[in-house]
Amino acid sequence: MSDPMPRQGARSVALAVFAGAAAIAVAAPPPPPPPTPRPSASPSRAEERLEVPPPPFSEGIFPCTGCHADLPVNRTRRTLTEMHDDIDLRHDEQHRWCLDCHDATDRDWLHLASGDRVPFEESYRLCGQCHGDKYRDWRAGIHGRRVGEWNGPRMYLLCVHCHNPHSPAFKALKPEPRPQRPSEIRR
Amino acid sequence: MNHDPLPEVEVALAGRTPAGRRRFLRSALASVAVAGLSACKMEEFLGRNYRELSRDELGSILARLEQKHSAGYGKAVRVGNEAAQPGVDFGYGLDLSRCIGCRRCVYACVKENNQSRTEPQIHWIKVLELNKEHGVDLGHADAYYEADEVPRPGHFYMPVQCQQCAHPACVKACPVGATWKEPDGIVVVDYDWCIGCRCCMSACPYGARRFNWAEPNLPKEEMNPDTHYLGNRPRPKGVVEKCTFCIQRVRKGRYPACVEICPVGARKFGNLLDPQSEIRQVMETKRVFVFKEELRTEPQFYYFYAT
Repeated sequence: MSDPMPRQGARSVALAVFAGAAAIAVAAPPPPPPPTPRPSASPSRAEERLEVPPPPFSEGIFPCTGCHADLPVNRTRRTLTEMHDDIDLRHDEQHRWCLDCHDATDRDWLHLASGDRVPFEESYRLCGQCHGDKYRDWRAGIHGRRVGEWNGPRMYLLCVHCHNPHSPAFKALKPEPRPQRPSEIRR
Repeated sequence: MNHDPLPEVEVALAGRTPAGRRRFLRSALASVAVAGLSACKMEEFLGRNYRELSRDELGSILARLEQKHSAGYGKAVRVGNEAAQPGVDFGYGLDLSRCIGCRRCVYACVKENNQSRTEPQIHWIKVLELNKEHGVDLGHADAYYEADEVPRPGHFYMPVQCQQCAHPACVKACPVGATWKEPDGIVVVDYDWCIGCRCCMSACPYGARRFNWAEPNLPKEEMNPDTHYLGNRPRPKGVVEKCTFCIQRVRKGRYPACVEICPVGARKFGNLLDPQSEIRQVMETKRVFVFKEELRTEPQFYYFYAT
């Protein structure tokens, strides 16, 4: 994954800001909206939750509200220059940008086209809006990678564990060494 | 022979007449055994086929193997003997529309199953690079491709390993019954019964069996100590081995190592008798084929296209 990897400095600043904001929140009104607890899916979608490993956030990037809680919301579609400029959006970039998937009012969530919020742990529901056939196959165990037991508890890797959501085409890999040719075998 | 006084001429012919040969061999074998083999070796030498062993005999054999390998590899080696689970028949799916030919499965298998690393180099999985123009045509297959990046344009990849056939030609070919199909569909080899004749290798239409031409070369630190008698326990020189769907893992419920390592999720595994299993979902909703269908070996290894 080549997710946004914030510079060391920016990360520690972000953490400090977040810690500071939390401390001030008690004393200084108006307090930033308290981070929403991360329960199961929004009750409107009573889909069975799946066992998934933690989403592959770049180190130190989550919670997004660490920085965004104090930033004004700018809904204008634009090229990002100050932060996240390492994201190369190649995912139907003609038609979408950050806030089509990321929730503008609470950055720790994603949202569906309907406006329903979705936690990062259930990002497959967001992907499934467009990629319905893949989503169906993924739930059935045909698409995607799983680890664990063939007849018991198993972990479903999220779409984003294999596909960078900002540039989802699968990247080519260097193959492992070829086997020996028969002519190279010493008997 | 001493207590059976024979005329001189008969003694001379003892090796040539049927009865004489039998007697001669019996005594020769006994003296060789007494002279040359320790008690432990005797047990190995006179052992029986896995399927004929009583529970007690098997227990003592497993204990002996665990002791031997623990000492040899310097770690606590377990030689398991988990039986097939009732109501389970394993099936494997491989998505040819996803495989990119990265060979991660090959080396995960080597590591999990204690194959000989070099001289002899033993890989249970062989990944074929095929030409998109020609489709699944072995005349255009290359197992020795090298590339900076895969998939290479114009090519697709087809990993081949034991197909765990319902009618395995290898089992029919074995003259001593050292290989057979287990109730859960896995074709196994008893390495202590195999005589190394390689008839099974020439019978297998998939080239899935491998022979230990020399003493296997398995580094101590890389040895996987969780083994099964019919699977990944260390093999001696001169026996045949093959994919067992990671019998030491799947009989305890786990996925095979190649399934878990595959970076594109092309490998699927499950119980063919369970309608909810992943392999059944594949078979019921995707385009599936078996390799060399015309031979009627009826593989339990299904290639499919998810897209």
